[in-house]
Amino acid sequence: MRIFKVVALLALLAFAIAFPLLFPNGEVTSIAFFTLLFAAMVTAWNVLAGYAGYLSLGHIVFFGIGAYALALICKHWNVPAGYRIFLLVPVSGLIAALIAIPTGWVALRVRRHAFIVITIAIFFIGQLLAENMTGVTNGTTGLDLPFPGSWGGQFFNIPFYYAILILLLIAIAVSWWVRHSKYGLGLLAIRDDEDRALGLGVKTEISKLSAFVIAALIIGMAGAIWAYFIGAVYPASAFDPTFDITMALMGFLGGIGTIAGPILGALLLEPFHQYLAADYPDLYLVLYGALLVLVLLLLPRGILPTLQDYWRKYQAQRRRIRIDNDVVISSLPEQDEPAKIKTEGINL
Amino acid sequence: MSLLEVSNISKSFGGIVALNACSISVEQGSITGLIGPNGSGKTTLFNVITGYERTDAGEIRFKGKPITGLPPDKVFRAGIGRTFQLTRIFPRLTVLENMHVAVQRHGTTSLLSRWSSSHEQRRALELLDFVGITQLKDMPAGNLSYGQRKLLEFAFILIAEPQMILLDEPAGGINPAMIERLAGYIRILNSRGLTFLIVEHNMEFVMSLCKHVMVMHRGTKIAEGEPEAVRSNPAVLDAYLGE
Amino acid sequence: MGPVIEGIILGVLTGGVYALMSSGLTLLFGVMDIINIGQGILVILGAYLSYVLEQHLHIDLFPGLLITMPVMFFLGWLISFVFRPIKRDRMMLSVLVTFGIALIIEGVLNLIFTANIVSLQAWYITASIPLPGFSPPFYLPYIYVFGFALAVVLLAGLYILVYRTDFGRSLRASMQNRTAAELVGIDVEAISSITFGIGVALAAAGGMAFGATNGFDANSAYDLISRLLAIIVFGGMGSLSGALIASVSMLVIEDVVAQIWDPHWATLVFFVLLVIILVLRPQGLLGKVEGRKQ
Repeated sequence: MRIFKVVALLALLAFAIAFPLLFPNGEVTSIAFFTLLFAAMVTAWNVLAGYAGYLSLGHIVFFGIGAYALALICKHWNVPAGYRIFLLVPVSGLIAALIAIPTGWVALRVRRHAFIVITIAIFFIGQLLAENMTGVTNGTTGLDLPFPGSWGGQFFNIPFYYAILILLLIAIAVSWWVRHSKYGLGLLAIRDDEDRALGLGVKTEISKLSAFVIAALIIGMAGAIWAYFIGAVYPASAFDPTFDITMALMGFLGGIGTIAGPILGALLLEPFHQYLAADYPDLYLVLYGALLVLVLLLLPRGILPTLQDYWRKYQAQRRRIRIDNDVVISSLPEQDEPAKIKTEGINL
Repeated sequence: MSLLEVSNISKSFGGIVALNACSISVEQGSITGLIGPNGSGKTTLFNVITGYERTDAGEIRFKGKPITGLPPDKVFRAGIGRTFQLTRIFPRLTVLENMHVAVQRHGTTSLLSRWSSSHEQRRALELLDFVGITQLKDMPAGNLSYGQRKLLEFAFILIAEPQMILLDEPAGGINPAMIERLAGYIRILNSRGLTFLIVEHNMEFVMSLCKHVMVMHRGTKIAEGEPEAVRSNPAVLDAYLGE
Repeated sequence: MGPVIEGIILGVLTGGVYALMSSGLTLLFGVMDIINIGQGILVILGAYLSYVLEQHLHIDLFPGLLITMPVMFFLGWLISFVFRPIKRDRMMLSVLVTFGIALIIEGVLNLIFTANIVSLQAWYITASIPLPGFSPPFYLPYIYVFGFALAVVLLAGLYILVYRTDFGRSLRASMQNRTAAELVGIDVEAISSITFGIGVALAAAGGMAFGATNGFDANSAYDLISRLLAIIVFGGMGSLSGALIASVSMLVIEDVVAQIWDPHWATLVFFVLLVIILVLRPQGLLGKVEGRKQ
């Protein structure tokens, strides 16, 4: 079973790497770029929202910060267009992460419901700052990024595609590592019962803050790559509130709290988004909103966890048929206390 | 030797006085009972000791060192574990994962490593075996029955090797067979050096298990001594019947 | 001194209208544990309804409320049913569900009205009273006073409803302890639905006042909801008086800053106030302290 999984994942990876070569059409690679962009962001966002249960609806503020950071660095250091700009992406992400530390500290002073609201407010503060700090950000006129003119025609999207693919792989690695580490277990415990976790020695403050910052780091890097791809940043585009809600929807659709769920959500939704939003923006809003409501009502835990549930129920059914005379314990939840009581001969 | 010393703790919620210059002390190695009518402040006392509530006045010492006002995680790490009246476990985690939340590690390497080393796995399984729920280890804890949850909560506190455990109504809401079972575990652990402070309404449970009993009423201790003596103490009877 | 007084006057008057819009939001949170992100677009919807009544049926804005408020009440009451099947995690899901509903309404409004900025017309919007003692002269458009009066009347009505009626008592009971309220026979679901309706009806009234003092389109909802959310967090989520105090004080500070410094930075100050309150008092002005759950 495990071998099968590994092989499947490697095949998927190979396909992702070969994708632009198989489908060189500019429109297709552009959609692929955005799909992977959101996949990376939602995966990172999931560490805070899915594992720790703190739903941030403002993390795109770090997307914007990363985008502006890259634009400003390129402007002030006169960086020429080309591959080297990609090296500045981690720097932009780091800037976003540094800003995330005090921001997260303030935002996490409240519990979950107020937290959601705070993150929304922080997002708008970010947008306002971008609009009003005209000396630095050029206000609504925006900033331009260097344009790599030598990457002509169909080739243009390719470096960006691979850059975002690398970011996605990093995001997946981080998500996987968190999920299987002691740290991640602490986050999951916080999600279930934060005070109980605290009472068992989990350092909840640091755990939550670090999850917040990790998400900001990756989302910041995504913003930087995006900015370079688009070629210009404006307050309204870099700080786009619908991105926040898109991330949340993708996370919930695919399955919040899982590793692959966010990616699934992005794969399902982003092509749909890219295709519709350009030509029918208003209709898109209506459909999108309706989809969001339906998904939340019908599949509140998302696709993957729901599938996992069915799988588990199916397995339980099979096992029930096999256990018939095991008097000691049954693994069925509705069974009561065991018939046997052992209190002797126990090793500690 | 006094393991836990609570001196003159007072706590009010708005106009209501929950604890009124309450002082108790728990001997090391004992199983001490804490009884009293509803509203006498027993759970508030637990909350104050474990850091879930702040005191208005007074001091708490554990192993001689002050722990007043420490947050719950520091109290736990100092060596005091606690269960809740309505069991608090992590429903979406599996039973085994629940066990590992409380595992203590030291240093920064702790965060970066896997959540269970083989040594910790063994210990977790041992404890699950001790309370008899090993076969449930991969089940989401939310699916457990109330009694099974009590056992789980009991087990995962043990994994951190506390010196003292505060049990909040351990016998509540479970059948007599399970009560006996829990009592058995408590006796065994006590024989290995674990100190217990138990809040309970089930008098039989308290009388059979505890060598020393304290009675609270209206936020303060009104009597203490051996179970038999306390049971027939007129002040105690007054407290229970008078309200 | 003149500009500061102007700022205070404007702040109080517009604060009243914001109190109207945010009271529904905070009530809903208190009783249903729902954060209605759609409150912003519902205000705009109310503004558009007033606009349609005024433009096409020549019904004046204030009498028009007699139509828009019941209609919006009904809409809010309908929307509340979406939340009935959600039992767990209501708060988290509600944020996204209401956001989804907001997107639907925004899309529909855009399709109908396009992205043109409109504003409401009436004689009292352009006509103004000169206030004595100011130089340069300070002309206060009547609408600000009428809007404030409307807010006062409606909020007084809300206060009476919540604190002096049986319904209000059941409402407050549900806010304090849902389960206990159910156990004593209070139909919490019905109360929740009515509360949702009330909140949206108030949004309609606020929308009229908002639309009369600002040009708007569907996109204005984002700015609006972020302010309303900031207000209820500042005042303490679930607290009516908190929303009232927060609305007035935050708007006053913002308007004073706008007068003496710069209107752009004034909006920022608005949000900075929120950050400050979070650092000093996370539960908001009148919110309950989040004790550790035992």
